[in-house]
Amino acid sequence: MRYLPLDDGDRAAMLGKIGVSSIDDLFASIPADKRLKGDLALPSHASELDVERQMNALAAKNVNAGSVPFFCGAGAYRHHVPASVDHLIQRSEFLTSYTPYQPEVSQGTLQMLFEFQTQVAALTGMDVANASMYDGSTGTAEAVLMAHRLTKRGKAVLAHGLHPHYREVVKNLSEYAGHELECLEAAPGDLGDIAGSIDNDTACVVVQSPDVYGQLHDLTPIAEAAHAAGALLIAVFTEVVSLGAVKSPGEMGADIVVGEGQSIGNGLNFGGPYVGLFACRQKFLRQMPGRVCGETVDAAGARGFVLTLSTREQHIRREKATSNICTNSGLCALAFSIHMSLLGETGLRRVAAHCHANALALANKLSSISGVELVTQNFFNEFTLKLPKPAAAIVEALAAKDVLGGVPLSRLEPGRDDLANHLVIATTETNTEADLVAFEAALKEVLS
Amino acid sequence: MSTLKFTNEHEYVSVDGDVATIGISNFAQEQLGDVVFVELPEVGREIEQGDEVAVVESVKAASEIFSPVTGTITEINDTLEGAPSTVNDAAEGDGWFYKLKLNDAAELEGLMDQEAYDKFVEESD
Repeated sequence: MRYLPLDDGDRAAMLGKIGVSSIDDLFASIPADKRLKGDLALPSHASELDVERQMNALAAKNVNAGSVPFFCGAGAYRHHVPASVDHLIQRSEFLTSYTPYQPEVSQGTLQMLFEFQTQVAALTGMDVANASMYDGSTGTAEAVLMAHRLTKRGKAVLAHGLHPHYREVVKNLSEYAGHELECLEAAPGDLGDIAGSIDNDTACVVVQSPDVYGQLHDLTPIAEAAHAAGALLIAVFTEVVSLGAVKSPGEMGADIVVGEGQSIGNGLNFGGPYVGLFACRQKFLRQMPGRVCGETVDAAGARGFVLTLSTREQHIRREKATSNICTNSGLCALAFSIHMSLLGETGLRRVAAHCHANALALANKLSSISGVELVTQNFFNEFTLKLPKPAAAIVEALAAKDVLGGVPLSRLEPGRDDLANHLVIATTETNTEADLVAFEAALKEVLS
Repeated sequence: MSTLKFTNEHEYVSVDGDVATIGISNFAQEQLGDVVFVELPEVGREIEQGDEVAVVESVKAASEIFSPVTGTITEINDTLEGAPSTVNDAAEGDGWFYKLKLNDAAELEGLMDQEAYDKFVEESD
């Protein structure tokens, strides 16, 4: 394909057409004091070797998650992704292919999405799943909007253990949709009284399990209370590997299950791109947002796959669409699917067991240190400690000893003084016995 | 004996006493193509003439249906959930959408009879 550059004549003609005298005028809505004056502070040229040297020096200022004992979770988890996953997703057919709008030329992509949906439905214990959302947080917000549409009620109850970032995203979307949010509060590790907060005005109750403190919640009684009041239960997870060890939300009665799929097939990626997983009961299918891939037969009777139920979507229904999303997290979903295929049910259960065993061992070690209290009673791979001093400073001190020792709750809930001493710690199958020993030793030193 | 009256949005009304049965015309189902889903209103809902009352989804489009008359919905056609193709097979018969208790029979006067509707369809082609 040829590249056709613009010249000044073209630019002048375009500006004239829209009634603007210069390109700068198009940025008039950005306050003058915020606009860049002059050029960026970059040299006009540098040799490849010099650039490499500079970039390496900058990168060396960071401590990589993989190079030291690493225990940070709280929404994103460092798992081992086999090299074969990256090798396969780097294939150009996958890496550069576009949305499969034309089924006749996209059967490979469509089959993959169908398999992905099947895996997500199986993992969550639900009837149907979509071809992925951007991430768990926006998926959760979409689930809340879906519940409002289905129940025609205006209030959503968010349980206390919902990740604060997810809560903020739900708030953003609910505010402009005119919905009411009730955010429950309880101490880390507490089960709270979620079922008791549901009434006949409730559209949905949103419960994360394992929650942001790592605490597991039995969703069955909450589902029962929700259904008795005509409300829906939205089950959320940030650590999808937990589904390899814990009862599925579907089995416990959830109506919509939404969460983050990053742990399988995808790295930490500095916070994204990630892959939102979204599943629901069959009867709610037509209100589910996002792309859906279906299985069908072609004119010759051979099996084929195609994007379907498009009347839920933007390009058909516009204001009446179930969402304004017109994409999915395709490459991350592919990575998820490949990794999931390599693990299989047996492999996933094994990985999950390993994560949990590490968490138990570490929790035992750390809570034996004088002054350290374990506040999470039932956990999968993440738990919260209450320390004798503010956790943020302790995390800095641990980092100086080359241990990345978890996420202080003050980072997630900056206004909450009662959470300043709490530290959320995650383990995965990538943590070794030596890592756990190093953490214990470093924490003892820092606290002494 | 009920006769069909039509709107220029291709809905029909069939009246029996004070109960009106509403659906889409045969011409409409032909234009829509294979119907895959019909979203029907709740029984008991009060509808004004012109309110959006249902949605017909075919393989290529989703169309809103506006109520040609005012009244309270007394019945909806449950069979369409399992067999939406009935709308294609018998739009003006078994493929009806909903019945309502008519508030004002005078509203029917503004609608077209079969002959006027057929002419309307022919002219709009």
